[in-house]
Amino acid sequence: MIKNNAATILIYCSAISVTSLFLWLLTDLLIQGLPKLSPAFLFEAPRDAGRAGGIGPIIIATGWIVLVAMSAAAPLALATAVWLVEFTRPDGIFSRFVEFSIDVLASVPSIVFGLFGNAFFCVYLGLGFSIVSGGLTLACMTLPILIRTVADGLRAVPDGYRMVAAALGMTRGSALVHLLLPSAAPALTAGLLLSIGRSAAETAALIFTSGYVDRMPGSLFDSGRALSVHIYDLSMNVAGGDANAHATALVLIIFLLIINNAAIGLLRHWRKQHIAAS
Amino acid sequence: MISSKRNTLSLSTADRRLGAILGLLAVTAAMVAVSILFFLIDESRPLLNRISPARLILDASWHPTQGLYDLSPMLSATLLASLGALLLAVPVGIGSALFGRYYAAAWLTAGYRRMIELLAGIPSVVYGFWGLTMLAPWIGRFEPPGVSLLTAILVLAIMILPTVALTADAALAAVPQSRHRCAAALGLSRWTAISGVLLPSARKGIVSGILLAAARAVGETMAVLMVAGNVVQHPHGLFDPVRTLAANIALEMAYAGGDHRAALFASGLVLLCIVLILAGTVQWYKARDFYDQK
Repeated sequence: MIKNNAATILIYCSAISVTSLFLWLLTDLLIQGLPKLSPAFLFEAPRDAGRAGGIGPIIIATGWIVLVAMSAAAPLALATAVWLVEFTRPDGIFSRFVEFSIDVLASVPSIVFGLFGNAFFCVYLGLGFSIVSGGLTLACMTLPILIRTVADGLRAVPDGYRMVAAALGMTRGSALVHLLLPSAAPALTAGLLLSIGRSAAETAALIFTSGYVDRMPGSLFDSGRALSVHIYDLSMNVAGGDANAHATALVLIIFLLIINNAAIGLLRHWRKQHIAAS
Repeated sequence: MISSKRNTLSLSTADRRLGAILGLLAVTAAMVAVSILFFLIDESRPLLNRISPARLILDASWHPTQGLYDLSPMLSATLLASLGALLLAVPVGIGSALFGRYYAAAWLTAGYRRMIELLAGIPSVVYGFWGLTMLAPWIGRFEPPGVSLLTAILVLAIMILPTVALTADAALAAVPQSRHRCAAALGLSRWTAISGVLLPSARKGIVSGILLAAARAVGETMAVLMVAGNVVQHPHGLFDPVRTLAANIALEMAYAGGDHRAALFASGLVLLCIVLILAGTVQWYKARDFYDQK
């Protein structure tokens, strides 16, 4: 009985500590960041190494980096997931190799992606410190998440759909386009949103691939500074940059909360619907 | 032998073409992992060909520009910080998963889980920044300079807590209903049911989650870099500033060239090995057959 009560108290304590941590983090960012936040902050260019001015070019650069990452990763991930789920046996040698290397990829730390991106995209392919290099590095990093969510989404589509399509004489290709992908669409969108969130949150993989330059990027082959790199640079290398770092962190957090919340909500809603239907 | 001929069950030509294209793309995606390994080895080869790998932990110090490549202080800092973070995050994480599953009021459960999922999505640089502006000055009041192994442990623990909590929660959710009913039928108290029946049933998922969290802690760069103080030394106490392997790469890549750069890639390789061993253990552990689990 005493044990039972002690356990209850300890478990409530851990839940309260996690919740208060979340609130502490959020309120701290809000209190420190909110006074700085204004429309001008979002559009202006940074001045005085970021101590003054806004984060306009940095938001644009982040957007481009994420866009490059997604346009490289999404088609590849979609093809891989479709192949794994619909076109091959799970015990084949190729599919096992693909599954295994995706598992490996999922566990690679982000700084190692940074090293690889620097060696491969920046130096070997000669792209230099550029938005393309950073975006492609992030594409490699988000591949496993995308592949897994898309594959899980496809696996959750009931087999009845496939049988009906086969009975109607549809080719697998058209069954995929007209039946399977549309019914898995919410899962695909959620996967995309999660990867966007993961890319926008990344710092370590970007420092040596997309670089530090905080000017407005003129093209995709310019260096561009991502929001997370800006926070890092302001807090570590710029004395007196904390105020703007807080505001930037707040912008990033708000964006990520919206993106992640949408993804989680979408997945949950879709699963509930599916369970009700089957 | 029907199966040797084309029939209505075999794929159409269009489908076979599509399958081949998709298969090719899938192998391309798989090659990313291979090329990461290749480039890490290739870039660190100029150094590893000349010196024996043992020197990476036996050299006198880390002065890569003078030909001394001792990674051991960084290695010990990485392992100690991760271990400390696990010691804090595992009990709290499991406790928080238990709260969400068995203790929280019904109206609270969904919101509580959503909060932990959102915690998991906060970028490491924000955790690091928060640790730098809130935790480090606070710890510095007792034991300057504040940026230290302890700060790194605390920030890391906060970062991996959602991983532990979410995987434990998923594992507990997968425990069959019959176990709950058995425990209830035996008249077990809530904690006896949890400690004697439910936690052991979910052991596999929980342990896998802990190992994944460990891998994440070992590989974490930015948050640790911002709060650990970055002095290359074997820590003698919790308040010593330390530098981890990952932080070292991020700090020195900007100006490294030649053998120095190769040494950083070699330390990336070491980091990758540690993380892959952890991930491999997860796979092995998951694949093992337990008598009480499917």
